[in-house]
Amino acid sequence: MKARARPRLRLTDAMLAGTVGLRARRLRAVFSALGICIGVAAIVGVLGVTQSSEADLLAQIDRLGTNLLTVEKGQGIGGSEGPLPLTAPSMIGVLPGVQRVSSTATLPGGVYRSDLVPTFETGAIGLRTTDPSLLQTLNGRLLAGTFLNAATARYPVAVLGYGAAQALGVATLDDPVRIWTHGRWLTVAGILAPVQLAPEIDRSVLVGLDFAASDLGFDGFPTRLYVRADPERVVAISQVLGRTTNPENPDQVRVARPSDALAARLAVQSSGTSLFVGLGAVALLVGGVGVANVMVISVLERRSEIGLRRALGATRLHVAVQFLSESLLLSTLGGAAGIGTGVALTAALAIQQGWNVLVPAVAVLGGLVAATAIGAVAGLYPALRAARMAPTDALRTV
Amino acid sequence: MSAVLEVHNVWKRYPGDPPVESLRDVSLTIREGELVAIVGPSGSGKTTLLHVMGTLDRPTQGEVCVAGQDASEFSDLELSGLRAHHLGFVFQQFFLLDGVSVLDNVANGLLYRGLPLRERRRRAREALERVGLGHRTGHRPNQLSGGERQRVAIGRAVVGSPAIVLADEPTGNLDTAAGAAVVALLRDLNRDGTTIAVITHNHDVAAAMRRRIELRDGRIVGDSGVGT
Repeated sequence: MKARARPRLRLTDAMLAGTVGLRARRLRAVFSALGICIGVAAIVGVLGVTQSSEADLLAQIDRLGTNLLTVEKGQGIGGSEGPLPLTAPSMIGVLPGVQRVSSTATLPGGVYRSDLVPTFETGAIGLRTTDPSLLQTLNGRLLAGTFLNAATARYPVAVLGYGAAQALGVATLDDPVRIWTHGRWLTVAGILAPVQLAPEIDRSVLVGLDFAASDLGFDGFPTRLYVRADPERVVAISQVLGRTTNPENPDQVRVARPSDALAARLAVQSSGTSLFVGLGAVALLVGGVGVANVMVISVLERRSEIGLRRALGATRLHVAVQFLSESLLLSTLGGAAGIGTGVALTAALAIQQGWNVLVPAVAVLGGLVAATAIGAVAGLYPALRAARMAPTDALRTV
Repeated sequence: MSAVLEVHNVWKRYPGDPPVESLRDVSLTIREGELVAIVGPSGSGKTTLLHVMGTLDRPTQGEVCVAGQDASEFSDLELSGLRAHHLGFVFQQFFLLDGVSVLDNVANGLLYRGLPLRERRRRAREALERVGLGHRTGHRPNQLSGGERQRVAIGRAVVGSPAIVLADEPTGNLDTAAGAAVVALLRDLNRDGTTIAVITHNHDVAAAMRRRIELRDGRIVGDSGVGT
């Protein structure tokens, strides 16, 4: 009696067998992989875009610092700023942990590009007086020219906030520029870059305290203080700022930490991300159902191929492995295409927004693993069904 | 001549009310080098017999020996090994893979023996020469005529030099001329030493074989005996 010869399928052949069905029906393979592709692309894209923009936001917060506090009078009617006690800046300045205090005050009246502009066309630009330390307190930057200093603070000289410069149509200071307010000309000394932590400065034209007092009727009461505090003691200082500013009516003082708004944006973004990742996961699941569907149909359609392979000596395991590897291949290809698409989307959006392109490795690996896992789950039932089919049933023609 | 396939007192019953008996106490022996026709009208149990002989189906009762091995107690794995190494099949519907070249379709006859692809293709080229399709290796099955497709399928059955080739109505889907060519090819292959059993209800095909076994209602009702 001869030795019993076992059937044997080489690994490479087993993998090739998994591609037969895909090669025979390319369009169907593409469409069924598309579902997985979209799901993975959504997940990778959302995580990538979020990471990129969060990194940008974090960098912004880092750059601006979280230790800036603002002090103003409790919200007045119409949101306008009200006068704070005269002594507030010096009282705050001596608090331990306070690094810098700058006082500013809004002034009435509009600012115009020239004396020919009708007075009602204020362009929503405010006039504000400030001490020269404001630039440092805000970590601000100048786009052109210089900031106010002890000398120019006494003269009709203005520095424009970024938005104010845009509204007034002042782009450069290469030629001397003058603007019109309170019936007189001011010379523009500088233009500020956008100040994210103090948007009200963006919309303001800034003049020195001395000039405001001597020529614009400024009464000396600050309306808004900017405080830079020791980063370790920001919270403690913010708690005592109210009482320090106005010991008699501390509840009339509003203390804010502008960086909180940015942090809140981060939090909002994160919660949005989980929603979109959830949607991506649903898309992935639907894609998996699609693959399972296609595999079930494929098994039914290819009954005779299963019968033939059994006649050629394939074991049940060989048949199962063939269909399982086909499903795995389908979903892994879909997943890889999805990662490519997701990364491309992230890169396109990030470059357009001027962010660094960041795609979390977790998203890429997770996407691939999820796609493969879904392929395995989706292919398991069809593969078992194919394997369990009796050769005679498989060969019987309908 | 040694027996390549033996069927001993095989019964095949399908449960039902009343139970269907496809094969009733069938015994036959096919020896090396034979060219056998198993003839009978439809419903006589021909295809069941072929499946049992080919170990694609287990008999309810009785024994089947292929290449000297009793398949009765074989596991699915061992039966698969038997088919991979000792049996070749030709089907009425050809069952070629459309996405794969003619050469690789034939090479697939050796797929489950674990031979390297290069070796499988070398032998497939030889087999295609033997069936007269040496010039068609790169074509796809759907570019071939029915007769050519069946010859590819025959090439796939003989590529591994099995102990016996079992053909189920090999001319059933072909016109007379193509059918005659397939019969002539089977005769040529047999002359070169391949043992072949053909199942058919076509008496012209049966007449071209050297031995005829007649099947009716699941019983052997006639056997022309071992031909020369």
